[in-house]
Amino acid sequence: MNITVYNEREKTTLQIEFNGKTVTDLLKELKINPEVFLVVRNNEVIIGDETVHDNDVFELLSVVSGG
Amino acid sequence: MDCFHCSKSAVIEVQHGALCKTHFINYFEEKVLKTINKYRLIGRKDILCVATSGGKDSLTVLYLTKKYCERNNIPTKNIRALAIDEGIAEYREKTIIDLQKFCSDHQIPLEIVSFETELGKTLDQAYPIINKGTQKKPCNVCGVWRRYLLNKYAAKSGATKVITGHNLDDEAQVIMMNIFKANTQLAGRMGPISGIEESEHFIQRVKPLYFCLEKEVRLYALLKGFQVQFTECPYSKEGFRHHVQEMLNDFEQKYKGTKQGIINSFLALLPNIREQEKGRIDEIKQCSRCGEAANKEVCNACVMKEMIING
Repeated sequence: MNITVYNEREKTTLQIEFNGKTVTDLLKELKINPEVFLVVRNNEVIIGDETVHDNDVFELLSVVSGG
Repeated sequence: MDCFHCSKSAVIEVQHGALCKTHFINYFEEKVLKTINKYRLIGRKDILCVATSGGKDSLTVLYLTKKYCERNNIPTKNIRALAIDEGIAEYREKTIIDLQKFCSDHQIPLEIVSFETELGKTLDQAYPIINKGTQKKPCNVCGVWRRYLLNKYAAKSGATKVITGHNLDDEAQVIMMNIFKANTQLAGRMGPISGIEESEHFIQRVKPLYFCLEKEVRLYALLKGFQVQFTECPYSKEGFRHHVQEMLNDFEQKYKGTKQGIINSFLALLPNIREQEKGRIDEIKQCSRCGEAANKEVCNACVMKEMIING
């Protein structure tokens, strides 16, 4: 499936082909520590066991302050 | 995953289970308000100066300080916000815009003090000069001047307490940094109430977010709709803290509860550390040049000011 991921910290938007199942799988694939990001889909914060669907758009919000 | 308390979708997993938006907000606010009560961080007669930057931690602590006062019939006119503008290009000016809007929306008076006006140079200008002779990192310079101005302007406003937005992650990082550097004297000054309890020169600093993970604070600010944009200090990766922060986040991912464990262990040991450091911790002097709090004859802020004057 194809999904879009916006990373707040890096200020990047990636279109990726994803073959995993859950948000946890996605973060693992992106090598992102779930302790330092919140995951938002359709303006809702979601947790790791949520299923990823084709054409999903995710925002990864940095938990760590930049200061 | 559903919320531990109801059938709504969870927004976070905490130690005792997953929570939906409503139950997380309740859990978070209760945790902060309980911390204030347990450690007596705010008294009925206190004049409160909230140290603010416009980031998630300071907006959250400012909001919850006001909420605590309202809930306990403490006059909210006793709350004021103080921000220090270090003069870091492309960074602080952005968070100050968010802060000004927040304070205006919540009717909290805000004072902004800048390094440039008070100390003659912005951090961007001062850091290379000080670094030349001392190898000090920008965070060392910034920290000294920030604490100096915070204490000075809090005192000027008549404050009896300075409230800061330090969260559990911040505190766990500093505990580990003090261990790595064998700095037991500094460790003795830590805890939900930091600083010297009784000194005419030093205003006590209190930390209502002491038991809140940084992730929880970010989530709370997001769910409450606080306008917080992610901005990164250009110097943040140069400091020792950055490495400790990454290490602890890595540990937390592998071993859940690591950060909380550090805090719990530290609080259990703190009375012993304070007893051991007694005499050294309690000793606070007055700077012979500026009159502010100092741990030696001339405070570090004045020493750095002199370096700048001498180029």
